[in-house]
Amino acid sequence: MDAEAAKLLGAGLAAIGAGIAALGVGNVFSAFLEGALRNPGAADGQQGRLFIGFAAAELLGLLAFVIAMILVFVA
Amino acid sequence: MAESGKIDPMHQFAIEPLFGTDHLSIGGFNIAFTNSALYMVLAAVVLWVFVIGGMKRELVPGRWQMAVEYMTGFIKNLLIANIGDKGRKYIPYVFSLFMFILLANLLGLLPLGLVGLHPFTFTSHFTATGVLAIMSFSIVLIVGFAKHGFHFFSLFVPHGTPALMVVPLFFIELVSFMVRPFSLGLRLFVAMTAGHVLLKVLAGFVINSANASPALGLTVGTASFVLMIGISALEMLVAVIQAYVFALLTSVYLNDAENLH
Repeated sequence: MDAEAAKLLGAGLAAIGAGIAALGVGNVFSAFLEGALRNPGAADGQQGRLFIGFAAAELLGLLAFVIAMILVFVA
Repeated sequence: MAESGKIDPMHQFAIEPLFGTDHLSIGGFNIAFTNSALYMVLAAVVLWVFVIGGMKRELVPGRWQMAVEYMTGFIKNLLIANIGDKGRKYIPYVFSLFMFILLANLLGLLPLGLVGLHPFTFTSHFTATGVLAIMSFSIVLIVGFAKHGFHFFSLFVPHGTPALMVVPLFFIELVSFMVRPFSLGLRLFVAMTAGHVLLKVLAGFVINSANASPALGLTVGTASFVLMIGISALEMLVAVIQAYVFALLTSVYLNDAENLH
């Protein structure tokens, strides 16, 4: 298998990481919504933590995208 | 039919010197006025116009003053919620940071293609977002060491750790602390780049499918176009969220420096 084909295959595999990160982000928001619908008064106070959790989960998914980009365009 | 062109989603991030300045240099470093610099100037100008337009001090504010007060109040609440009353002194920095990144992200989404211009998101380069992250991180370090001296290192050893765990825990916490500026810059950079790459790929689908055949153009083309509209709306949301997350994490890190947990 030549290097170019291997790189593109690797980039395709990295895209699976983006799909798994989508599950993670959904987890964060679903947990927040579940709690917010049970206790709406406490929801607004926790909005900051919601976005911190979203940012952390999203970052890890974006790392998979970065690896795909490095494989396609840099390495 | 016409041959389908290869979609090149990365060309939109190329930095081009403008107005014939590409020969200017100081000390061997090229200081051409680039499209990135143009959009930074634009973001700064829009921000100045926005804030100065709202600095009216009317007791019953008009709409513009209301808008400016909403943004400053939003940042003030963010800092007070995360740092406490000591957070007030960071309002100018965090407000400037938040508005600059917000305007950078949004200006890159303007549909200037309709008039033949190419909008450029300067936060889609790791150099720009990295510098913003380094600024935030330097402020955290300077405040931490100025306020607490060497006691700042107690941030890495939480209260009540057993003596055996102190050394490994210190190094683990140190690593997670040093990764912070890198993750701050990377998050904003990749979010912006990924969104614009996706939009460019979908646009390529619209053009290539229309060139391939009318049937493909009507099915694949219209579906991709509708998707582009939805993704553009999502990108506007992501632009605002990423600016907010940058400011939020900056204030959380500042809380670590100010209050040491």
